[in-house]
Formats: sequence, C-alpha cells, structure tokens
Amino acid sequence: MKPTVLIAEFTEADALLAAARKSRAAGDRVLDSFSPFPIEGMAELLGVTSTRLRLVMAIGGLGVAALMYGTEWFSAVIDYPINSGGRPLNSWPAFMLPPFAVGILAAAIAGFIALLWETGLPRLNYPLFEAEHFGEASQTRFLLALTVPPNRKTLAPTRARLRKAGAVAIREVPT
Amino acid sequence: MSVMAHTPLDRWTLPRGRSYETVDSLVAAPLLERKTFRWRAWWIAFAVSLALTIMMLISAGWLLIEGVGVWGNNTTVVWGFAIANYVWWIGIGNAGTLISSMLLLMRQRWRASINRFAEAMTLFAASIAGLFPIVHLGRPMYFYWLTPYPNTMHVWPQWRSALIWDFWAILSYLLFSIIFWYVGLIPDLATLRDRARAKMPRVIYGAFALGWRGSARHWHYYEIYHMAMAALAVPLVVSLHSVVGLDFAASLMPGWEETIFPPYFVVGAMYSGFAMVVVLAAMVRWGFGMHSIITVNHFDVMAKVMLAASVIMGLSYASEWFAAWYGGETQDRSLIVFMFTGTYAPMMWALLACNVFIPQAFWFRTIRRSITAVFVVAVLINIGMWLERILIVWNTLSHGFLPSMRRSFLPTVWDWTLLAGSLGFFMLMFLIFCRVIPAVSMHETKELVHEEKETDGK
Repeated sequence: MKPTVLIAEFTEADALLAAARKSRAAGDRVLDSFSPFPIEGMAELLGVTSTRLRLVMAIGGLGVAALMYGTEWFSAVIDYPINSGGRPLNSWPAFMLPPFAVGILAAAIAGFIALLWETGLPRLNYPLFEAEHFGEASQTRFLLALTVPPNRKTLAPTRARLRKAGAVAIREVPT
Repeated sequence: MSVMAHTPLDRWTLPRGRSYETVDSLVAAPLLERKTFRWRAWWIAFAVSLALTIMMLISAGWLLIEGVGVWGNNTTVVWGFAIANYVWWIGIGNAGTLISSMLLLMRQRWRASINRFAEAMTLFAASIAGLFPIVHLGRPMYFYWLTPYPNTMHVWPQWRSALIWDFWAILSYLLFSIIFWYVGLIPDLATLRDRARAKMPRVIYGAFALGWRGSARHWHYYEIYHMAMAALAVPLVVSLHSVVGLDFAASLMPGWEETIFPPYFVVGAMYSGFAMVVVLAAMVRWGFGMHSIITVNHFDVMAKVMLAASVIMGLSYASEWFAAWYGGETQDRSLIVFMFTGTYAPMMWALLACNVFIPQAFWFRTIRRSITAVFVVAVLINIGMWLERILIVWNTLSHGFLPSMRRSFLPTVWDWTLLAGSLGFFMLMFLIFCRVIPAVSMHETKELVHEEKETDGK
C-alpha cells in the first residue's frame, strides 16, 4: 500500500495527546503535531528530548564575553595604558560589566541562530500548508500527523481509533 | 450583581473569553478587519501624540543648533532634566522585560495577557532613554567615541567609567529585548498570516512568521529558548539599572555615594514600570474591549506588586536619610535638611505622597479592584518616580560642598517641551504598535485559557 499521511483534527490539546498515545500503542507511527500552543508531553512522545541549544548559547555568550574582556585588556594594558590614580592597568573588577552585558546579548543571538537551525526555519513554504484547513493549526485546532506501517492493508482501524479518540476530521495527504 | 463578584481570584479570564476563537478574534480583528473596528479614539490619540512628537523634534533641533544653554542647566546643576528623564525612561524601559521574564520564571500564568505590550513598552522607553544622554552631550555628534574602534587619535574608552558601562548595558539590553520580544511574537504572526484574507497582510505577517507551523518539535525548542532567555534577562536587567544607580553612587558628591543605590534603582525601575504597564493595560483593555482577557484580577495583582514596591521604596528613602544622619557628615546632614526645607521641598513632599503614602491605599481590596483607582494611583506613581529622578539630580547638585557655588535649577520651556515631546513620541510608537502587532500574546493567552478550561468546575 502506498504510504499516506493522515491528519487528524482535534478541538482540544488533551484529546490530541490521548489519541497520539493510543495510536502509538497500536503500532501507528506518530509523525508530528501542529497546535496553536505547546502541548505538554508531545515532544517526549515524539522522542525529542535533548537539544544542544543551551550549549550553543553558553559557548556563544562566554566566547564573546572573553573577546570583550580581551578588547578591554588589550586597549587598557597594551595599546593605551593610562595611570589613573595608581590603579592597576588591568582593573578587572571594573572591567566586568561590558563583558557581562555583551556576553548575554551574544548568548541570545547564538540561541536564536541555534533555534532557527534546529527548527529549519525560516521556511516560508511547507508541503502541509497546501492541506485543507491547515491554517487552523495556528488558531483553534490541534492537528496530529501520523502514518501506518507499510505492511498494513487498510487505514480503517486507524481511522476508527482516531474517531473514537475525538477527532473531528481526518484527512489523507499523499506523500 | 456585577461580573466582578463572580470572578474567582485564581481566574485570569472571564468565562465568555474562555475559548480559543474568542481570544484570536479579540486580538486579531482590530489588525485584520480594521473596518469593523471603531478607530476614533485611536486617531485622536494619534493626532495628539504626533503633535507632541513634532514638538520633540523641534525642541531637539533647537537644542542641537543652540547647545545645552537652551535648557535650565547651569555650571552648578550640570545634569538637569536630560539625565533625570534618561533615568526615568530607562526605569520604565527596564520593567517590561523584567516583568515578563520574572513572571515567566515564577510561572505566573497571568502574564500572558500583559507581557506583549509590556515588552513593547520596554523597547520604546529604552530607545527614548538612550537619546537623552546623547542630546545632553555638549557635542552629540561625537557620541560614537564611546565605542572602542581603531582611530587616528590612538585613544580607547575609559573602561573604569560608569558611563561606559551604561553605554554597553543599554545597547545590549535594547538588542536583547528586541530578540526576546520578536521570538515571542513569531507564533502570533503565524496566526495572523493564517487568519488574514487580504494578500498584503498575509505576505507581510507570513514573512515575519518565518514559516512557523506550530510543530510539536518547534514548540519544544521554542520553549527551551524562551525559558533560557528569561533566565538571562533577569540578571541583565538588574545589572542595567544597577549601572544607572552607579552613575550616581560612584561619585563624591553629598547624597551620591550610597551603596544602596543599585538595588534601590532596580526596585524603582520595576515600580515605575509596573505603573506604566497598568496605565497601558487599562488603555488596551478599554480601547480594544479586551475585558474578558485583561481582568480586574490583573489590576488587583499588579496593585499588590506596586504596594510591595512602594514599601521597599519608602524603606530605601528612610535608609538614605538614616545613613546621612548616622554617618554624621555635616554635608550629608545639611543635604537632608535642604531636601525637606530647601528650594525643592514641595516637590520632595509630593514625591513622598505619590510614591510612598498614596499607594498604601492598595492595602484595601476595594481600591485594588477598582480599575479607575488603580489607574489614577499608577499615574501618580509615574509622576512621583519622575520627581524622584529629578530630585536626585537637583538636590545634590544644588547643595554641593561650596556654599558660594550653590545655585538652583529653573527649567526653561525647552526642558518641558522635550519631556512632553518624549512622552508623545512614546505614545505615538505605542499606538502604531497596537495597530500592526497583536497587543496581547494570542498563543500564551490560549494556553492560559486551556489551563483554565481544564480546571473549570473542579
């Protein structure tokens, strides 16, 4: 049988999550869900748990903070040393604020880039955007995308299961 | 019976607002179906704020032509309005991101209805704040000397100076806040893209939504990033306003040498920022008829925060006076006497009334639950906070060590026009924001609605 993606539409987040759990237990492959706000537990169900996003933020932030401190050190110690009231040229406590502020900004930028990297955005078009009523997923509806293993002969049991779980509409999207 | 009496205290939406479609249409209709919405009040406000903005441009232009002499600044009171306005605006500019990120970290669900416009307020107020130190420079065209860049003069910035810290703190904070705000906006832009029927809004909102599709994977990364940003925002905001406090505290002038300044400035910033959020919340609620998602409970809880802040402010003032008395320094004691009996004494009393005494009304539940009362007190707090900023500058500078050098500050018309103009410019940007960007976060409010529906009847 040709692989087909089923999009089941729900009116509530909890119904979608319950349906996703049941479908998975019955052997269907849950691909993704599309919802107007995050559904707690869905990412775990899809097996998305680890991310390097925070690591990237930490590296970016600390790296730029070090660079900023290096700039201060170079300018105040090597290139333009001024004796200001006998204070040490490398007055590190007084030099801390610019690296701190700039480091946090750099962490934010690095994280944003990592977020785009992880999500694959910006991607202005997506095959599912063509699917009927897909735009509802950013408004009031919760969509569950799943597919059945290739050895199954019919979609009927899956459809019945989704109906029973509260799906208000089920659409087939050819792949 | 009023609706109010039926609103339980742990509910942040009214039953009639407790549906996803209601939230979407409440927030999105003014932007996408403009014709169905009455914009008269908006246009009136727009005209007024545009006129004030033009006044700001004229007074800034005159300042650039004539120099700082057009203001009331003199050789004794060198800091005047510009620096007080800067501190006041940056205080308001601090609060949006601080409120939004702190409430997120503390899992205060009610932030959903206010965080968007509070963050927008931050962006506009911080941008305006950044202008004041620049126009206050005698030669504003050289403001870029604050940046470290290789130059033919072979000089570098003085990294030990609090003013240099200020530059980096504001710059980082402003850019950080823009990213924080924009990322929170992406799912809402996608909602607008999907709701828009006309082509132009669809294309523009769609482009800025970056193709967001609400995938569970994307939400997962989004939430991690948003939370990490909130955790970074809090220390950044605290450091920013602490540095503003250090502009004053790291000096030798009487009254400007206190270690309490950084925390006291941070609380003051949160205080004036919450007051401004209340003012804006009341206007957004009224202007867009968002009674079902910005409720009396929001005003109640914000009044409680302001009450706590007013007590902390009162204690900070008292510790300032106590330190001056207990330290025994003649100059410091004489400054306190000058504060209460000198040239600016009436303003000092007005400050104490606005910031410390009147907000005590928030101990009473009926006051907290009257939006008019909370609004009026919030406006008074904003005035009180401005008085505090200007008096920190005026009192110390007018009452220095050398009695023969003591002079007062008499504001000129250009001082007032620039201040009023900056308020108009702030309103102008906020009005434009309300017309093109959802003033309330739809996805977070829908999440709140979801949670409230779940616990309904339990």
